[in-house]
Amino acid sequence: MRNYLLSPKFLRSALPGASLVILLMAIFYTQPRAMSYFGLNLMLQYTVPIALATIAQMFILTVNDLDLSIGPFVGLTACIGATLLNTDPVFGVLALLACIAVYAGLGALIHWRNLPSIVVTLGMSFVWLGVAVLILPTPGGTAPAWIKAVMGFKPTLQLFGYNVIPPFPIIAAAVIAVVVHIGLMRSSYGVVLRGAGGNPRAIARAGWSMLKIKVTMFALAGLFGVLAGLSLIGLTSAADAHIADRYTLYSIAGVILGGGEFVGGRVSPTGAVIGAMTLTLAGSFLIFLRISPDWQVGAQGAILILVLALRALINWREAR
Amino acid sequence: MNGGLAATLKKLGEKPWIWSYVGTILVWLATVSFTMGQGGASIITAALSFATFTVIVGIGQMFVITAGPGNVDLSIPATIALSGAICMKVMDGSNAMLPVGMLIALGTGLAVGTFNYMLIRVLRIPPIIATLSASFLILSTAIAYGRGLKIKPPPLLAEFTTMKVMGVPLLAVFIVGFAVLASIVLNRTLYGRSVLAIGQNMRAAWLAGINVERTRYATYTLSAVLAGFCGLLLAGFSGGASLDMGSEYLLASIAVVVIGGTSVAGGKSNIPGIWGASLFMFLLVTMLNTFGASAGIRLIMTGLIIVAVITIAGGDKPQR
Repeated sequence: MRNYLLSPKFLRSALPGASLVILLMAIFYTQPRAMSYFGLNLMLQYTVPIALATIAQMFILTVNDLDLSIGPFVGLTACIGATLLNTDPVFGVLALLACIAVYAGLGALIHWRNLPSIVVTLGMSFVWLGVAVLILPTPGGTAPAWIKAVMGFKPTLQLFGYNVIPPFPIIAAAVIAVVVHIGLMRSSYGVVLRGAGGNPRAIARAGWSMLKIKVTMFALAGLFGVLAGLSLIGLTSAADAHIADRYTLYSIAGVILGGGEFVGGRVSPTGAVIGAMTLTLAGSFLIFLRISPDWQVGAQGAILILVLALRALINWREAR
Repeated sequence: MNGGLAATLKKLGEKPWIWSYVGTILVWLATVSFTMGQGGASIITAALSFATFTVIVGIGQMFVITAGPGNVDLSIPATIALSGAICMKVMDGSNAMLPVGMLIALGTGLAVGTFNYMLIRVLRIPPIIATLSASFLILSTAIAYGRGLKIKPPPLLAEFTTMKVMGVPLLAVFIVGFAVLASIVLNRTLYGRSVLAIGQNMRAAWLAGINVERTRYATYTLSAVLAGFCGLLLAGFSGGASLDMGSEYLLASIAVVVIGGTSVAGGKSNIPGIWGASLFMFLLVTMLNTFGASAGIRLIMTGLIIVAVITIAGGDKPQR
């Protein structure tokens, strides 16, 4: 038992969860009032869009690509959600579907011409931002009421005078993690999708279409990007083209914090969601510590480096 | 005689950098014909001035990208901001402190490059994530250090960076010279040949006795040092340092390398193309401005052209 607990495999998989627990404990220690239904709900509310964007990035990383445009893309879908989807739902849905189709097309293009995804997505980030600016030149718009209702959902069940149902962001994060886990980690096509990141040539020789795999992964990333944008306006109730610029960095950091690796199809949907939660909480923690907002970004970089350093230590012990 | 001309043209057409210059000329012609020939010369002067800064960081980025797939420096914008802020504060507008300022730009670059490389080497973090997390820390340092910084650059620096001789910016002349020097370093020195060899096949380069790690360290440091100098010059050029003055150089530095004909897979570089691509990028925005395109359209066009260029250039076949 002791050997298992100290094995590199266990330590590596426990790292994301442990980081989250340690951070939560640190938050409760510095700010005990955060340990309440209301406190958790408030601190974690942005977990849902960030977790969805992180999952989108994870799909891309699974096939050894990197998406530097997910932030502006989430911003664009938020703008569509707060304008077209509200005033003309049919047209709005079509526009969002078109966004997903373009994403799938990018996957095909990257595969067909064997392009570096980092350059293509960097270029596309300008396109998404440009379209978003055209749709919504100044911050504004209104989120559809039903999205706001979903995001503001507060399930309650009183037992002995306590509400036993966890806050909505936690439920939503768990649902996202379980659904993607079943799809990507447990289904047989999910194994093929991950294998395409591990050894594309082997998968191609086994008769699977790499083109289809890339298109599937990029389309899924597009779908989760759209969901992230919509859930975001459910919280903010208005949109702006630049509303989610940060999400590119958040999503990459979330996947890495969650134990995902850069190459080889080694990813973890549960870890990615936990990573997104850790990032969201890190922001609150820094505020509780009264650290100047100047260092917010830097602290996120430091957390990222710290977790990667721990993982390097585990890997080094394994190699020895 | 005709055959000779055709042969020369054919030879030119095979040079990967020629297309960026062809594009530059076409875009300039389109702009000038729209304005009926007005301001044709001043557009070139402006293009030379602004392209200079892109070229400086582009050359650093090119060396990094040449070192092989996965190598890219995402900390350039943060380094520009940090170096600019520190230089301006230390020099405090005094001409006598200019050499100290230059040393600081150099020192900032050395420190950032060393830090980046330590993350890559010691913690074995993929370069994209390493330079990204480093850039968070660097940017926070710059924000905390440079808050409310409103210091004018030393008059000598401001004069040097904006001086023009018969419409030709002096700084551009220097950087053309520097590009020639970089070209010699790349193609004629041990260091440059090592970078090319590592980019083509890291293992083969190592087996051939090249000191891979030292070369990679030198490459990341070179990129950071050039970003540091760019920060100093940019602050002199624009009358003071601002924290977001580097932000546009993230995409620009990568884009000019790719458009200029350097292979993203590494091992094949092109320095003349960086000048051509930098001029092209600036003139493109000028053209769209002249045509009266809105901000959204400008962003979309910039993005689409980058995607189009990389699609036409294509990725390289994976080497085995």
